[in-house]
Amino acid sequence: MIVRNGDEATAVISPPKPPPVSVAASLRTLSIFAGSVALALVVHLIVARNEPPLEMRFYTIFLGSVLLIAVITAPAQILWARLRQFRQNLHPILTAAAFLLCLWEIITSGVRLLPLPYFPSPAKVLHSLITDRMLLFDSTWHSLLLLLSGYALGVIAGLITGLCIGWSPPVRYWGMPLLKVVGPIPATAWIPLAMVVSPSTMFSAVALIALAVWFPVTMLTASGISNTRASYLDVARTLGAGRGYLIFRVAVPAALPNIFIGLFMGLGASFLTLVVAETVGVKSGLGWYVSWAQGWAEYGKVFAALVIMAGFFSTIMTVLFKVRDRMLVWQKGVIKW
Amino acid sequence: MVMTPDAEGSTLQLRDVRKSFPDPGDPVNRRLVLSGIAVSLAAGELVSLIGPSGCGKSTLLRLIAGLETPDSGELLIGSEAIRRPSAERGLVFQDPNLFPWLTVRRNIEVGLVARGLLQEKKTEVDEFMRLVELEAFANAFPHHLSGGMAQRVALARALINHPKVLLLDEPLGALDAFTRMRMQDEVLRLWSARRSTTLLVTHDIDEAIYMSDRIIIMTPRPGRIDQIILVHLGRPRHRSNPEFLQLRGEILELLHFAGGERMKSGKAHAPIM
Repeated sequence: MIVRNGDEATAVISPPKPPPVSVAASLRTLSIFAGSVALALVVHLIVARNEPPLEMRFYTIFLGSVLLIAVITAPAQILWARLRQFRQNLHPILTAAAFLLCLWEIITSGVRLLPLPYFPSPAKVLHSLITDRMLLFDSTWHSLLLLLSGYALGVIAGLITGLCIGWSPPVRYWGMPLLKVVGPIPATAWIPLAMVVSPSTMFSAVALIALAVWFPVTMLTASGISNTRASYLDVARTLGAGRGYLIFRVAVPAALPNIFIGLFMGLGASFLTLVVAETVGVKSGLGWYVSWAQGWAEYGKVFAALVIMAGFFSTIMTVLFKVRDRMLVWQKGVIKW
Repeated sequence: MVMTPDAEGSTLQLRDVRKSFPDPGDPVNRRLVLSGIAVSLAAGELVSLIGPSGCGKSTLLRLIAGLETPDSGELLIGSEAIRRPSAERGLVFQDPNLFPWLTVRRNIEVGLVARGLLQEKKTEVDEFMRLVELEAFANAFPHHLSGGMAQRVALARALINHPKVLLLDEPLGALDAFTRMRMQDEVLRLWSARRSTTLLVTHDIDEAIYMSDRIIIMTPRPGRIDQIILVHLGRPRHRSNPEFLQLRGEILELLHFAGGERMKSGKAHAPIM
């Protein structure tokens, strides 16, 4: 790619523009989406006659508003190309989602194929989600605090130990065997011990999440650092670099792609440990909410919490992806993402 | 031999340098790579090092850069012994080895940042970007550059430290023939502007004659200095000048690559090069 004078670095890596979407093609796909939402609404209205109307209300409103938006954006996109592009891209997936909701409702409330109350209808889940929003919000907030403190602690510890093991041969000699033996034990296996030893369940939960994150971050950081191309270090030395520069400005950036793999693995492990810790010990958070709602056989709330978890965890994952995209912008064009 | 009073370079003396490495196939004996290397470079001189592969040319450059230590012998810059790598001895490899996570400009700044001089010498970065004609690519990442451009960045990155000695390890070896000839002129231009004492490893006899004041010819296993040839041509040189061609013939003869002899004596070989 040729870069002209004055172009920002970001301009270099901008992806090629997709071809413009014709109005006719867009209208066709739009009507398919609006149709699928309308179908879901009709199915819902038929099914809802056998259900308590109070619990059905929100879902009716929800489907109604989606249908309204679908109908309004259909003419609006004729004038607005960006909206057209946006809708065109999201269309197949949104249509599939509408069909899936419709199918879910038919299987549960409609023909009662799945045993109740374990599998509530989407209408019931939405109802629980809205009526119990304060407690759900509070639980999410507590989960977030616990997750972030544990993750941050684990990442900091993992980066430090990974750096030491990766850079210094003596530390590697003693540290690596320990890491290989202790590291693979799942953090959740320490729970019985943690409960006995630690002053509070909150404290032990943070420590367990940190431990779960620490292992993959250490492992990947160490391998990234120790695999830094020797010629990069040689070049830096002949340019007058001291040890600090070699470690933090050569080895660390060179290891960054690896480090991010460790950060992603650690994030997955932290989700798991968070939910387990909240289910068995900590008296707050989404994991606690699920087991509490299950205790009252309120499966609408269980599913509501699962929906929140899906959104919560995937948002955090997305944030980490964004951070990586920013920090590893130089990799675009070198490797396939 | 060219000497200029305003040379940035410094003399380089090698006294009976010897270097061996452990042999992976033989735990007892070490493999001798360089033996009895003795030569002096005047300040601002450009000297080429040619010889078959495996004759320790790259090892010799790594010794001078301070990335390796000799078994015995002395390496002196001016009157100072070489002990460790330093910014006063720049090294450019065949692979430009640009840091892929830094833009072109940041790559050129590496030497200044590493020595904490960036604030002081900010304007010099612009000067070097201009010198190697890469201002337009300041914010591009290295993988967007062609081989020749990347090597110019590598040169600028080494030169920004004003090295007393510039070590070039086949810097043009991976370039195509046309880019290579253009880059030879480029390197000569940079060299005549700064007059760093320059040691150029190359496989290309034309390149050695075209560029250097003297040519050191080495023999392999262990590497020793076979001959040192003074290139008595004025600058700028012409590649098709009769004197140039005559010198080329002499060197080919020395390296036994001239070809005619073998044909005459009936022991015809397939050409090696």
